[in-house]
Order: sequence, then C-alpha cells, then structure tokens
Amino acid sequence: MNASSLTSILIWLPIAGALLIWLLPLSRYATGSLALLFSLAEVGFWIEQAARFDFSGSGLQMEERANWFGDLGVSYHVGVYGFSLWLVGLTVVAMAACTGYGFWVGRDRPRAYFGLMLLLTGATVGVFEAQDLLVFYAFFEAMLIPLYVLIGVWGGARRMEATIKFVIYTMAGSLLMLAAIIVYGLKAGTFDLVDGPASASRWLFLGFMFAFVIKAPLFPFHGWLPDAYREAPPEVSAVLSGVIAKAGLYGMLRIAIAKFPDPTSFYRTTVLALAAAALVYGSLLAFRSRDFRGVVAYSSLAQSGLIALGLFAGTDLGFDGAVLQMVAHGLISTSLFLIAGAVERRTTTGEFRLLGGMARGRPALATLLMTVGVISLAVPGSASFAGEFLILAGVFQRAWWWSVIGASGIVLAAMYMLRLISAVLHEARGSTVVDEALDLRPGELALLVPLVGVLLALSVWPAGISHHSFFGQSPASAVRSQFR
Amino acid sequence: MTLHTTHIDWFGLAPVFALIGASFFALLCAVLVPRAVRRIAAASIAGAGFAAGIVLAVWLYVDSAHGHTIVSGAFYRDRWTALGQVILCAVGLATTLLGVEHVPGWGRNAEPERRDDHVAEFFALLLASAAGMVFFVGAANLMVLFLSLEWFSIALYVMCAIDYDLEGSLEAGLKYLIVGSFGAATLLFGSALVYGATGTISFAGIAGKVAAQGLTGDSFLVLGLALIVAGLGFKMSAAPFHMWTPDVYEGAPTTVTAWMSSATKVAALLLTFRLMTTAFPYDEHLWSWAFAIVATASLAIGNLAALVQRNVKRILAYSSISHAGFMLIALSAGSALGGRALMYYLVPYTAMAFGSFAVVAARERELGVPVTLENLAGFGWERPFLGVAMWFFMFGFAGLPLGGGFVGKFYVLAAAYRHGWVWLVIVGVLATLVSLYYYLGIVRAMYMRPAEELQVQAGSVAVSGGAPAQETLLHLAVGAAFLVSFGSLFAVQPLIDFAQHAASALPL
Repeated sequence: MNASSLTSILIWLPIAGALLIWLLPLSRYATGSLALLFSLAEVGFWIEQAARFDFSGSGLQMEERANWFGDLGVSYHVGVYGFSLWLVGLTVVAMAACTGYGFWVGRDRPRAYFGLMLLLTGATVGVFEAQDLLVFYAFFEAMLIPLYVLIGVWGGARRMEATIKFVIYTMAGSLLMLAAIIVYGLKAGTFDLVDGPASASRWLFLGFMFAFVIKAPLFPFHGWLPDAYREAPPEVSAVLSGVIAKAGLYGMLRIAIAKFPDPTSFYRTTVLALAAAALVYGSLLAFRSRDFRGVVAYSSLAQSGLIALGLFAGTDLGFDGAVLQMVAHGLISTSLFLIAGAVERRTTTGEFRLLGGMARGRPALATLLMTVGVISLAVPGSASFAGEFLILAGVFQRAWWWSVIGASGIVLAAMYMLRLISAVLHEARGSTVVDEALDLRPGELALLVPLVGVLLALSVWPAGISHHSFFGQSPASAVRSQFR
Repeated sequence: MTLHTTHIDWFGLAPVFALIGASFFALLCAVLVPRAVRRIAAASIAGAGFAAGIVLAVWLYVDSAHGHTIVSGAFYRDRWTALGQVILCAVGLATTLLGVEHVPGWGRNAEPERRDDHVAEFFALLLASAAGMVFFVGAANLMVLFLSLEWFSIALYVMCAIDYDLEGSLEAGLKYLIVGSFGAATLLFGSALVYGATGTISFAGIAGKVAAQGLTGDSFLVLGLALIVAGLGFKMSAAPFHMWTPDVYEGAPTTVTAWMSSATKVAALLLTFRLMTTAFPYDEHLWSWAFAIVATASLAIGNLAALVQRNVKRILAYSSISHAGFMLIALSAGSALGGRALMYYLVPYTAMAFGSFAVVAARERELGVPVTLENLAGFGWERPFLGVAMWFFMFGFAGLPLGGGFVGKFYVLAAAYRHGWVWLVIVGVLATLVSLYYYLGIVRAMYMRPAEELQVQAGSVAVSGGAPAQETLLHLAVGAAFLVSFGSLFAVQPLIDFAQHAASALPL
C-alpha cells in the first residue's frame, strides 16, 4: 500500500464504516462489534502510518491532493506533520476506547449511536490532517454534527439546553472563521494551507482565533463547557475534552500562529492573559466543583489554558511542551471521564457528598483512578510533568511571571485532583455506594488499562513526542517557516 | 399577397412544447381514462413529459454553446436557459413522483369511488406551470417575460386552491392570487415605464438604448427598474415582498408547496439575474445595492420570523425566504462568479427544499393534521429513512458541510467578497448562525424528545393506527433529493463547470 494513501484511509475508513452500519440491519451485538472492529483497524492503520513516518524529514509527509473546485483554488489536500501525527494517534486511540465503552454499556439505538461515533472519528482525523482551509473547515464543522446528536439523544436530563448552548457557541466561532477563510483564500488566490502566504491582517487572525478559543476553550469563552461535559454520556464527554478540544488548540498552532506571525506577536500578551486566566479560573472552579465530572470538565479548561500558554509563548520549549501536553491531557481526561462513567453506573451519581469510600473492595478502580489522578496532577516523572515543565520553561523565556502563574496552576491541580480522589475513593462511605457495586469489570479494564498503559509509556519516554513533533529542527523556526 | 413569417427555431422551444403537449394529454386523461387507472395514467404522462423535457434541455445545453435569441429575438437559446430548464424539469419529475401518492386528497369526504375525479387535472396543471417556467427562464423581452410569468402563475394559483375541501387551501389560493396579481401589475407597470424610457422591450435592446442615449440616470428608467425589481421580488418571495409566502406555503397542499418552493425560485432568480445583467448593466450600481438590501432584509426577516414558528411548513417557508436572501447575494454581486454561485446554489437548494416538504407530506398523511414541532416528535425513529433524510436536509440548509448547501453558501459569500462587500459576508454568516436554531429545532423534535412526549395527545387527531402507508415513490423522490444534495458536495467541479458555461452566455 502506498504510504500517502494511509492519510486518506484514516479519514474515510471510519466514515465508510458509519455508512455500512447505518445500511446493514445488524443486531445490537454485531453492530457494536463491527464498530469496534473499525475503530481498532483505525488504530492499526495509524500505527502503520507512524511506523512509515520519517521523523527526520521536514515538511508535509504522506500528502494527497485532488481537485475539489479549481476556480477558487480549493483542493482536497491532506497530509501529516509530526505533531499532527500524534494528534491523529490520540484521536484514534481515544475514539477506540470510547466506542468500546459505548459497546460495553450497551447504548440504546446501537446503529445510530455507533455510526455517529465512527463519523466523529473520521471527521476529527480529518481536522488534524487537512491541509486546505476549506477542507479543514468542513471537517471542523462536521465534528459538530455527530456531537450534537450524541449529546442530544443519549445525554442526561438537561441535554437540550446543553446541546443548544454548545452548538450556538461553537458555530458562532466557526462561522466567523468561515468569513475569515473566504477573505484569506480569495486574497491569496488559494485556500491551500501549505502554499498560502503569511498574512498580517489582525481581523483575519481574530476571526480564526475566535473559533479556536471557543473550541479549546479559553476563558471567557467556556460557557458551553460545564453543561456539555455534564450532560453528555461519559464517553462523549471523554471525546469532547480529550480530543475535540485539542482541535481548537491544533488550529491555533497550525493556522493562527503559523499563518499570522505579526498579529500573533501583536496579540500575544492578550492571548497569554486569557490562557493564564483559563488556567487559574478553571483550576479554582475545579476545586469548588461538587461532582466528579465537574472537576474533570473544569480541569480541562485549565489544561487548555496551560497548553495555549505554551503555544503562544512562541519558544522552542513551549511548542514541544504544548504538543506533548495535548496528547498527555487527551489521554488523561479520556480515562478520567470513562472512570467517572464507571463510578456513575455503580452509584447513579457523580456528586461527592453521595460518594466516598469506593476504594474498599474495589482495588482495580482505586488503582486506576489513583494512577491517572497522580499523572494528571503532574508528579515528577509523569508525562504531564514533562509537558507542563516544558511549557513553563518555554513561557519563562517570554517573561518570568507567566511561569509563576502557570506554576500556581500546578499547585491548584494537586489540590483539586487529590480532593477528587479522596472524595471518591476514601473518606466515609457515601450513601449511594453499596457493597454490591462491583469493581471494574474485565470489559472496562480492557478499555482503561491500555489508555493508562500508553500514559505510563509516555511518562517513561516523553521525548518520544516532544522530540518527534517538529522534524528535528527547532520548533520555533519550523513555525516561522510555516512548516514548509 | 404573401404573408411574411419569421423563421422560428422550433427545436429551441422543444422543452416547452414537450411539457405543453404532456399537459394536453394529461387533461385528456381526465375525461377519457377510467377512474380506476386515471391517477396512474396521468402521472405516467407527466413523468414522460418531464423526462422528455430533461432530455431535450440537456440536448439544447450541448447544442447551444453559442447562445443567441430565437423567434425574432423573443427567446434565448443558450446554456443559461437550458441548464435552468434541466433543473426545473428534474424538480417536476420529482414532484410527479410525490404526487402519485400524495396528490391532495380533494374529495376526501366524498365516497371513495369519487376520490380520483380530478386527479388528472392536477398533473395537467403541474405540467402547464412547468412549461410556463421553462419558457420564463429563456425570456428575451419584457413581453415574453410578463406573459410567461402570468402563464405559470395562473397555473400555480389553481394548484394552491385545488384541495377544495380544505379551507386553508382555498385561502392560500386566494391570497396568492391577490398578492401575485399585485406583483404582476407592479412588474407590468415597471415594464411600461422602461419601454417608455427606451422605446424597446428587448433585454439587449434596452441596454443598447441606455448606452446610446445616455439614459443611465433617467428617472423613468430608474422607476421602471425599481418596479420590475419589486415585481420579481414577489415571485422569488424575497423580503419585503414575502408576506404571502408563509400563509400560502402553509395552506397549499404540501405537494404543491414542494413544487412552488423549489421551482418558482429557480425560474425567478435565473430570469432576474439575466434581466439585470443583460438589460440594465449600466445601472448596476443601483440594482446591485437594491438586491443587497433586499437580500439583507430577506435574511433578517426570514430567519428571525422562523425562530418563533411551531408549524413546520411555516418554518420551511421562512427558511425559503432566507435562502432567497442568500441567492440574492449572488445576484447582487452581478459578476460571472455570482452567476456561477447562483446556478450552483440552486442545485442543492432545490433538492433540499423539495425533499424537506416531501418528508413533511409523509408525516402529514400519517397524522391527518398540520405538522408541528410537537407532533413531529419521534418521527426520526419511526421512519428511519425519512428521518435521516430530513436531518440531512436541515443540516444542509444550515450550511453544515454534509451537503452541497455548504459549498453553495461558500460560493455566494465568495462572490460577495469579490464584489468588495465584506459586510454582506458578515450578514450572511450571522444569518446562518441564527438559522441554526430553528433547523436544529426540527432535528431536536424528530430525535431528541423524551418518550413521554412522543406521539400526539389522544383525541386531538384521528390516527388510524397501524403501520405507515407504503410510499415507494415518495421514498424514491426523497432519496433522489438526498443524493443530489449529498452528491453536490463532492461533484462541485463538474457542476461548477456547467454553471460556468451557462453563465458565459450572459454579458458579464
């Protein structure tokens, strides 16, 4: 098989799988198995892609280009860079785990559900691989469609408000991005991300950034986040915070920073301030949160802030750390939401005042939650420690006080995460925790252990990502050359 | 004495004759064919007529690379006309499919053997209105324009009121008749003023006279232009000439609404684009601003009014007003790119507009009452295919990248930007954002209502119960609409090439 066709296969295989599932009248079990098979095949294809990727080579790799409509200079152009490779990897791994979770809990209306999960996989991979602005936009929007239905149909009691808020917020951002794309592309004569020139327009930069800060999200554009994360089914929250949020951060790196160098430096302080605000404010809200998912949701806001801090530091260390942290946090929050789902299934609630004492008699749950929680609060030696350290070092080179704020975020992370762990696992036994509530079942372990395993592997060798994202040379100069 | 007759290129008018001929035979069905097979016979004739229309229009498209006027400069034989005719005949074919099972149930209170008494007349009128539209898009002078406009309008007035057991249908017909006549009168008055100013009724002749005699700012001409714009605005249901649209779309039988909402827009917008660029190129600064303002008004009124509707046909009616606004953005750009954008936009738009009304027709037949957001609950799970199709049309209307609607919006906004109107791009973007709320509202109603809310309250409707009717042809029509709107996302280049060839027939 041709190496470049892997890029397209990764996008279209799950979409083809979705169509197949919608068309074939299979049983619940067969549908779930087929979906899982497709998402595992996706992981397989990604491993093949990573194996064939030339980490010492520069520029776009495994690219494919086909005409879409030539008169305006729009083409179907896809390909991967080192950092997009890692994000694609995060997507396929997290989506496989979440699809497996949906299968394990036996979601209603399986054909609709699994088809949408696969559609979401394809669209998200498309975002990370697109090298044409309109293709990027199409996939960026296409992610929204399955998410809307997944939350709206399988979500909790207040899902209606959550979906409407989520959709209106994100569409407001992306439609401004569409306007910016039209202006940029028609001015440049091409919508290609690789060929397109750098632009000095602050308005265009803001148009793009608006979409990305909502998707990520950063303070004060996070209004949709708590409702959506609480009301979505746990595996969809996992995807939202683990993967979809990264699409916003990826957009900042790939488009906003790379294509708009002058506006980036003009607005650098503003964005850094928003990022720092998201970090501190998110951490405080997470600390004040009364339920499991609330903590994870707000900690995602905090982590998005931290990653944006790294990206907009504009230094080598910042970029490396941001990419590493995107992957590490993606895996962490996917695992945490899945664990939250497991806890909620056993106790019917995620509220701390009704929980507690779950460690006794449930060693697997306790071990996994402890491990992920400890990695998440960035103990030295963990993957997120490496990521956060790089980010703080990177932003220190910009100005020392940014890293002071960043470091305070790490302290707060320890506070909310330890509070979460003790409220769920330790303390007095909660009123909803009954002895009959079992430990994690083999099915759940089969989903969570690989995720945690990848996290531990990353903790052992964080340089696997941080040194393999920007083809050898310095990340800052790669960004300056617009990744050409 | 020898009578001097002009040479007539009969083949250039072939699609019109195919449809009129079919209409004639469909009308004969009403008296000659036994009632038992009347429905199927009339529908077959209509189907054959539209199929012939498509074939002939495609033939004309291929054969008319160099556009010119025929019949003493009364009618354009070029690719703009031919492509419009293809779209119109395709919609007509789909409407025929829908009509076989969903022809309005006039005589629904009559004894069963009398029910199909007037079914053939419906197909005859459908063909006649299609013939009028197919003639209308090729009009080359103001006389042909007015005559063909009246021709298809009169057929549509009757079609709206054809379900005479239904109060709403009669009201719709009457309302459309009155407002439509007013629009036609406005158009006629405008035409008279333009004729008075220039002394000619031919589109190209008007432009020539304006150039030769320096009439650009002539007050008669400008007033005439304004009245023509208003008259055509009624037909394309653009704000502020849209007041009839929601009532008529709601009251008319849904099959007729599906036909009107897609075909009338195609005819009116294509003709208007040609008229403006051919006859009034020297007043572009006037009409491009006029259409930009009309477009903004349509986007604002259409979208905001749709937010508060509960009746699905009314929502779709307002949505059609807002889409008229989008297409007018392309028109106001008045460029080759605008022409391309308009032609492309019409393809997914007609498919989605037709398809969504067809789905509403299916639900309406199931319930026997007007379809509202409340009684749409659970529809998506009950009829998976129609539900997915509707879901798809709604996301497509909203400009999400599931279908050609997305690319259409992109093209239209690109045309506005090329014209130097960033503000119009912003208006389009904001309108899309507002529209999301009601499009997603329909999806929400179909899929996300909790089980308790599902179905209609007892007593409010006479639901006969049992499985929904087998509606093979309706499914076929919806499936075709689905394929066209989905396929147009991928086949952008070929469609744009067609549109480009069509637009090259215009003096841009």
